[in-house]
Amino acid sequence: MSRSAPSALPVFISSLSKHYGAFCAVDTVSVDIAAGEFLTLLGPSGSGKTTLLMMLAGFARPSSGSVRLGDQEVVHLPPHKRNIGMVFQNYALFPHMSVGENIAYPLKLRGVGRMECGERVGKVLDLVQLGGYQDRRITQLSGGQRQRIALARAIVFEPRILLMDEPLSALDKQLRETMQIEIRRLHDRLGMTTISVTHDQREALTMSDRVAVFSRGRLAQVAAPKDLYERPVSRFIADFIGESSFLPVQKVSGGLAYGGQLLHLADAADADLPEPMLMLRPERLDVVYAGQAARDENTNMFNGTVRSVVFQGESLLFEVGLDQGDVVQVRQSNRSQCTENLPSKGERVDLLLNRFDTRIVRGEG
Amino acid sequence: MESHVPHKQRLWLYALTALILIFLVLPTLIVIPMSFSSANSLAFPPPGWSMRWYESFFGQEKWLLSAWVSLRVAFGTMIVATTLGTAAAYGLHVGSFALRGTISSVLIAPLAIPSILLAIGMFFVYASAGLLNSMLGLVIAHTLVAIPFVLITMTAGFKTYDLSQEMVARSLGASRLKAFFTVTLPQLKFSVISAALLAFIVSFDEVVISVFISAGPNSTLTKVMFSTLRDDVDPTIAAVSTLMLIIATVPPLVLQLLANRKREP
Repeated sequence: MSRSAPSALPVFISSLSKHYGAFCAVDTVSVDIAAGEFLTLLGPSGSGKTTLLMMLAGFARPSSGSVRLGDQEVVHLPPHKRNIGMVFQNYALFPHMSVGENIAYPLKLRGVGRMECGERVGKVLDLVQLGGYQDRRITQLSGGQRQRIALARAIVFEPRILLMDEPLSALDKQLRETMQIEIRRLHDRLGMTTISVTHDQREALTMSDRVAVFSRGRLAQVAAPKDLYERPVSRFIADFIGESSFLPVQKVSGGLAYGGQLLHLADAADADLPEPMLMLRPERLDVVYAGQAARDENTNMFNGTVRSVVFQGESLLFEVGLDQGDVVQVRQSNRSQCTENLPSKGERVDLLLNRFDTRIVRGEG
Repeated sequence: MESHVPHKQRLWLYALTALILIFLVLPTLIVIPMSFSSANSLAFPPPGWSMRWYESFFGQEKWLLSAWVSLRVAFGTMIVATTLGTAAAYGLHVGSFALRGTISSVLIAPLAIPSILLAIGMFFVYASAGLLNSMLGLVIAHTLVAIPFVLITMTAGFKTYDLSQEMVARSLGASRLKAFFTVTLPQLKFSVISAALLAFIVSFDEVVISVFISAGPNSTLTKVMFSTLRDDVDPTIAAVSTLMLIIATVPPLVLQLLANRKREP
C-alpha cells in the first residue's frame, strides 16, 4: 500500500445500482477504497465498470445507493462540484487552447491568480516530464504526450480523487507499458486516491493496489493483484486474469478427486466449494516423460499425451490431452538445457503440479 | 486520381457544364450591368453607362427606410434564430429522449412547407395577435424560416465535435453552461458564424412572408421592391438587387477565406 497524501480521501461505495429500463448496468455494488489507494475496475466491455466510474464522476445518476468521499455524500452533486480529477479515454484535450491553457483551465475556474497559475502549471509539467511545453499546441503533441498533459490537467488542482477511464488504451503496446510504470510512480509520489477503469488485465495488475473485477454489473472479486491471480474465487476470475485450464473434480471422502485419484490440495477447505473445479495455470505445471517422476504427497500427477507444442519465444506452450479426455495447457520457459529434453508431439507424458499450486475454484460461468 | 479519358472525348461534358453554369449564374449576374445602365427602363445590353440608379436609390426615402427595416429585421433574426437554433441543435445532439425525432422534424418543416402557405397562416395569426406590420412580427416570422438553416448547420458542427471535452471541462470544475461557453462554443465558432450569416441572409432576402405581414413604415426592402416592380419598372430595382447581392455574397466569401487561412498553419 502506498503512502497517502494528507488531502487524499477514502471513497465509500455502498449498494450502488444503475438501471437503464430493464437492463441493470451496475447491480448493488459495494466497495470501500482507502485514502491514497489505487483501485482498478477491471472487466470485459459492458460489465458495468465504466458506468460505475461515470457515477463516481457525476455524469450518470445512480438508480439507488450511495457514494461518499470521506464523509460527504456526493450522489446528488453535479460533476463540477465534486472536485474529482478525471482522465478520459481519448484525453479530450481542448484543441483551441495551448498546453499551458489546458492545464490552467481548472485553476482559472477556481480563481487562482495568474502568477500562481503559471507556477503550478510549470510544476505539474515537470512532474509529467514535459517541462517547458506550456506554449505548444495540442496538435503538436504525440499520443504519449497528450496522455501526460491530460493527466497533468486532471491533477493540477489537487483533486481529492483521480478517476481514469481506460487511460492507456489509445497508446501502442510499448508506450502503454512505460506509462503504466510511470502512472504508478506518480501515484506513489502524490498519494492521491485513484480509481482507474481498464479491460487490460496486465495494466490492472501492474498499476493497482487492488483490482475490482466486474462481471455483468456485479463485483466478482476485489483483491490485491497477487491474491487475485493466486486465489481467484471463481472460474470467471481465473479465466479473466491470466491463462488457465480447468478440470472437473469429484467430491470424495477425504477431499476431491480427479479421474479417481485423490488430489493433494493447497488448502483443504477448498474441498467444500460448490461446483469445484481444479484451476491449472500453464506455467505452474511441469511436463516430463511418462514414468520418470515419482509420486509423493506434495505433487499431483496427471497422465496424458502431447497434442501439440508451440514455440512462443520466451516459452513453449504444450497442449496435453489427458487420459480422462480433458485438454490442459502447459507453459515451459525456454531455457536451452531444459528445452532440449522436452517431449514432442504424440509422446506420453506426466504433468506434475505442486500441491501448493493446486487450487480449486467455484465452477460457475 | 489520374483520368484515362482524353480531353477530346470529354468535350461534350465541358460544354454541358458550361451551359449549366451559364443558366445558373447569368440570371444572377445580369442585373449588375443593368444597374449601371443609362436607360430609363430595364434593358440588356445597356445602351450606355451611368450611376444614376444608385443615386436614385440613395436619394429616395422609401428605399433607405425599407433597407434600414430589412437590416434591422435581418440582424434581429440572426441573433434570435442563431441562439434558438444552436440551443435546439445542442439539445437534439446531446439528449436522448422520446420526442427527439419529432422535434427535429417540426423545426425543419418550414423548409419544406411552401412559403405562401406559411405567409397566409401567419397573416391571420399575427392579425389576431396584433403583430401585423411590426418589427417584432417580422423577426418572429423570419426566425421561423431561418431556424432550419441554423439547425442543419449547427447539427453538422456538433457531429464533428467530441462531447467528452465538455465532460472533462465539467469534471475540472466548470458548470455545464460555463463548459459550453468556454470549451464547446469556441470550437464551433465557424459553424456559429456560418449559421448566423445564413439566418441573416434568409431574413434579408425573404419576400413572400414580408409581402403579407409588413406594410407602411415597417415595410422590408423586398416588399418595397416587389410593389415598385408592379407599378413602374425602373432600373433602381437593378441597383437594389446588386447591393443585395453584395450583402449576401461578400460576408460568406470573407468567412470562407478566413476559415481556409486558419486551416493552413
